[in-house]
Amino acid sequence: MNDIKNIFQQGLWTNNAALVQVLGLCPLLGVTNTIVNGLGLGIATTITLIASNVTVSFIRHWVRPEIRIPVFVLIIASIVTIIELLMQAFFYDLYRILGIFIPLIVTNCAIIARAEAFASKNTPALSLLDGLFMGLGFTAVLVTLGAMREVIGFGTLFQQAHLMFGEVAQGLTITLFDDYNGYLLAILPPGAFLGLGLLVAIKNVIDDRKASRQSIGELQLTEPTDTPAKA
Amino acid sequence: MQNLQRNMIISAVLLGMFAVSGTFFVAYTEQQTRPLIAEQIRIATLKHLNRLVPDDQHDNDLLTDVIRVTDPLLGSDDAMTVYRARKNNQPIAAMFTVVAPDGYSGKIRILLGIKYTGELSGVHIIAHKETPGLGDAIDGEKSDWNQQFIGKSLQQPHEKNWRVKKDGGEFDQLTGATISPRAVVKAVHKGLLFFKANRDKLFETKTNTP
Repeated sequence: MNDIKNIFQQGLWTNNAALVQVLGLCPLLGVTNTIVNGLGLGIATTITLIASNVTVSFIRHWVRPEIRIPVFVLIIASIVTIIELLMQAFFYDLYRILGIFIPLIVTNCAIIARAEAFASKNTPALSLLDGLFMGLGFTAVLVTLGAMREVIGFGTLFQQAHLMFGEVAQGLTITLFDDYNGYLLAILPPGAFLGLGLLVAIKNVIDDRKASRQSIGELQLTEPTDTPAKA
Repeated sequence: MQNLQRNMIISAVLLGMFAVSGTFFVAYTEQQTRPLIAEQIRIATLKHLNRLVPDDQHDNDLLTDVIRVTDPLLGSDDAMTVYRARKNNQPIAAMFTVVAPDGYSGKIRILLGIKYTGELSGVHIIAHKETPGLGDAIDGEKSDWNQQFIGKSLQQPHEKNWRVKKDGGEFDQLTGATISPRAVVKAVHKGLLFFKANRDKLFETKTNTP
């Protein structure tokens, strides 16, 4: 039970793939210019993470340490290709929107990092949970960053939502400012770096506040005994 | 020494087995999904064709009344499919794909519908890898940028205005993206030139695909 709670916290906050491990920057910075794009990549990455974590966990006793990295790469590349093919066959409309993001997942080192740091040492069930929460944590950052950049860059929220959710979502687009000319910097790659930097800073401020409040409560400053393991 | 050798062989064999099984799963999925994907693409193609020439304007089967043509103006070394729309055996329009080789990130495939009179009935981007949020607005699903081609022809606008506004022409570019629209405008123009040079041959040739 404690394990599960720990995995949940690690994935969503304390060891967040995007904000703490700072992994997967290529897809993260590349596609987060709208909420819908961020959400699309987030979902695809989460599915890949779960599938690769579970597979790696199942074979963890057979893989020798010296060949584990090429084996993980093989597994991840196969899974991503299979997901791409299945999407094309069964969700063609969704594939047309997310299609360009799918190959980007292979470049996301967060996936191989989880295979190496977690799945190769834990049971399939725990690895599944780790994949799920790591994926959700990554998705949350993608969506937040996408929202920030979309509001500043286009002055809207949820534009093109119908591409992912069908025609019902046609009216979902919220225009925050009429007559907004857009602010190109936010949409271009520099906007992604600035936005991500800001999010990392906000997270650190929150963590610091929490830590200082705790230490005042204890009336005694104790040195942290262990630093969170970096993957 | 012997032990080391043995370990190396075991590792190599293991790695090979993983490579074989990974390839097997991918190949198996590919084989199973191939007909499904082909069918999805067929449905999507038909949907595109019907938007260029609505069902009430033709009475032939668009997906079988086709010829394969290779021409440098189409932007590809491969043979391209030309779909022909007819009503009472009179040519109505031709639809074919042109490739813009100079997109911002790779080739852009564009489906053109050209009426027998030489006017564009529509321009659809069917495959591209342009930047999400910027260049991908050439896609009709994402913005109505491609609508501006409807009704245009080689006469209207004049040859030298077949450019984006930034280059002194009359076609809009996109905010933050000029390269993708420029590539599309150029490819559409070439497509019109191809149609002008081959119009009657295109409609007279018998279906030449198996």
